[in-house]
Amino acid sequence: MKSAVIVFPGSNCDRDAHDAIARVTGEAPAMVWHQETELPAGTEFLMVPGGFSYGDYLRCGAMASRSNIMPAIIAHATSGAPVLGVCNGFQILTESGLLPGSLMRNAGLSFVCEKAPLSVANGNTRFTSRYDSESELIIPIAHHDGNYFADDETLDRIEGDGQVVFRYGNNPNGSARDIAGIVNAKGNVLGMMPHPERAVDAKHGGTDGLALFESLLGSA
Amino acid sequence: MKAKIHVYLKPGVLDPQGAAVAGALHTMGYDEVTAARQGKLIELDLSGEDSDAAKARVDEMCQKLLANPVIESYSIKMA
Repeated sequence: MKSAVIVFPGSNCDRDAHDAIARVTGEAPAMVWHQETELPAGTEFLMVPGGFSYGDYLRCGAMASRSNIMPAIIAHATSGAPVLGVCNGFQILTESGLLPGSLMRNAGLSFVCEKAPLSVANGNTRFTSRYDSESELIIPIAHHDGNYFADDETLDRIEGDGQVVFRYGNNPNGSARDIAGIVNAKGNVLGMMPHPERAVDAKHGGTDGLALFESLLGSA
Repeated sequence: MKAKIHVYLKPGVLDPQGAAVAGALHTMGYDEVTAARQGKLIELDLSGEDSDAAKARVDEMCQKLLANPVIESYSIKMA
């Protein structure tokens, strides 16, 4: 599976994303600088990594979501190809309008960096087919602005449509309805605050993120 | 020409930073503060003479970048 990882100024999980994808797919992803205007030909899976693009100035992900590469990312997502945004990548995907809602400052105002217990709320997406529905995972989180917000109507809609994919077991940031990750209506764009790429090797302290990348292999 | 843009959270959107500011003011004895909301002020210097046309462009900038319509509202003052 041909993959690509987008690199913004201030991305800091791009290497982790690269290594996780290479490990699972057996093929190193292309690293695509944000000033590019096209993805490498044949790209199937696209990952928008975590970090602090543009120093989180204005709003987290706001500037990155208007960068030169963004129209290509939107076109890729619109074509139905899989796109994963983790942490700052999730913020960038909401800012770009590819995913509903917004990530706000954590309710407790503190940066949270811990292993987060998660449940799989929808095991039937192309990102979660290798997980058992309702299974409990431990995936690391590290963010200051992960407090998922959307109006009640949107929350009801995405819950009803199975777009809520991961929930926190112990809501660390005030997210509405314990939401840790969502997909778009088509199910091909996933945004999540927890870092599955940091849980793919026993040396990471856990491998609960592996099945997410493995699920993609079977679906692309 | 200048534009002053006030970006603020929509009513109903929780504002943990505003709540912390209100809490700090209470600690200092300002008990009359019943709520605090924190926003942003963005000042733009603009070329051109036509204030109405400029304001329409600034409105577009707000919708496309300066405010996030999911959580924020904004107002524009031209000067």
